[in-house]
Amino acid sequence: MEDFMFRGLMGGVGVAMVTGPVGCFIVWRKMAYFGNSMAHTALLGVAIGFAFGVDLRLGILISCMSLTIILVLLQSRKTLSTDTLLGILAHMALAVGFIAVSVLETLRVDLMGYLFGDILAIGALDLWWIYLGGAGALGVLAWLWRGLLAVTVNEELASAEGIPTFRVKLVFMFLIAFIIAVAMKLIGILLIISMLIIPPAAARRFSKTPEQMAALAVLAGIVSVGAGLWASLEWNAPAGPCIVVAASALFLFSYAWEMIAGRG
Amino acid sequence: MNEARRALVTAANLHLRIGGTTILHDVGLDISAGEILTLIGPNGAGKTTLVRVLLGLLKPDSGEVRRKEGLSVGYLPQSFEVDHSLPLTVRRLLRLTQKPSPEEMEESLEEVGAGDLLDHPVQGLSGGERQRVLLARALLRDPELLVLDEPIQNVDVNGQNELYRLIAKIRDARGCGVILISHDLHLVMAFTDQVVCLNRHICCTGHPEAVSKNPEYLALFGKHAAESLAIYTHKHDHVHGSEGEILPIEPEEARHHHGGA
Repeated sequence: MEDFMFRGLMGGVGVAMVTGPVGCFIVWRKMAYFGNSMAHTALLGVAIGFAFGVDLRLGILISCMSLTIILVLLQSRKTLSTDTLLGILAHMALAVGFIAVSVLETLRVDLMGYLFGDILAIGALDLWWIYLGGAGALGVLAWLWRGLLAVTVNEELASAEGIPTFRVKLVFMFLIAFIIAVAMKLIGILLIISMLIIPPAAARRFSKTPEQMAALAVLAGIVSVGAGLWASLEWNAPAGPCIVVAASALFLFSYAWEMIAGRG
Repeated sequence: MNEARRALVTAANLHLRIGGTTILHDVGLDISAGEILTLIGPNGAGKTTLVRVLLGLLKPDSGEVRRKEGLSVGYLPQSFEVDHSLPLTVRRLLRLTQKPSPEEMEESLEEVGAGDLLDHPVQGLSGGERQRVLLARALLRDPELLVLDEPIQNVDVNGQNELYRLIAKIRDARGCGVILISHDLHLVMAFTDQVVCLNRHICCTGHPEAVSKNPEYLALFGKHAAESLAIYTHKHDHVHGSEGEILPIEPEEARHHHGGA
């Protein structure tokens, strides 16, 4: 196997191990739009990073965490739905990001690159980022698991049983921001969001408990990465989109399976 | 009787405003072990808010809440809908925040008459089954105080009666205090020791029979409610099991007030 292929595969597997369980919570909590908004906001983070000469990851992390805090503050006023608030904040951040990118003359950003990334360009240092960052993210999720699951099942009940619901939700949102910050430059917005949502969705039909679904989502993610990279090599097609298509095919397969098995 | 009169929560002179609206005005109540207290009032009367204050989840602007030290609470929320995307069996639900053994889980499901539901998906439960499972979950915490927020929503009329009977049975067996939130005094009458009628302030309080004749209660719920209460006060010669089967009635249960259709 070629080196770049091996690193791409290792990188993709590392990402799948984190996005599987984290993505399950995004699906359960109906936060797909929140994830999307984070990804839009990341562009502003790229501009911030360039403008202030700091690491792009830090720029993305700051912009995504700011979005989270502003969202939580606006939510507490209870005038508009979260859906609408995200629609406003995400597009504002995206627009400001675009303006910043075009005004900063020294900045040459390959927008396509941020959208689709290039998993086959992953270097050895990037792998360290993925695996150390991923281990950190999984550690935080493990620590959060019981409380976050209780909050997801029923927030009233969780708070009555002494779980600090606000803190748990906030830490989870920051965790998503962190994952997007680490992964975006490497694999692009499209792939990171897809990996957060599609493998858990494909795993749902075969799971009886939350933990099973998280494990199966990791498996589905790894299979998608492997199949996508193979297809990309075989047909000389772009790797990121191939992985997304492979994951979607798995999801459709899980639907077909259900229909054949005749379960409603 | 000393044990039975142990105060669990004592609250006095509670005031709370949220966003410029008065939710609670000079509210106070006491709940003791072994007592069933029904909190009744129209929608928006502040019933759920009051309970959140009593449990210490919400801080009142002024007033005093005293809870028995280390009070263990079993809570049944007003609505409990688990999204279909989340695979969750009854077994996993019972172990969500506690670590009960398989035997403990089976025992508590038996206690609420839901012994065969352990491996059912939560989403497939009927309204009545769901309440029983949540009750079993609350019992695993060995609660001194059970709080049930509108427990009979989405439960059919026979099931409602059964559920109240079950709650009364649990109170008798365990000697715990029970706070019931309801907007319908009909069914709870026979099972309640004390009624607190709330509409942001306390309208009236006392024994259910007395409250149902109180002018403030009548003003709140209308004369019709009181009349239908009288009409439907009748004697039952049987009860229904969880499958709707007819069961003979036990002597001490023979007189209860029942709001059937």
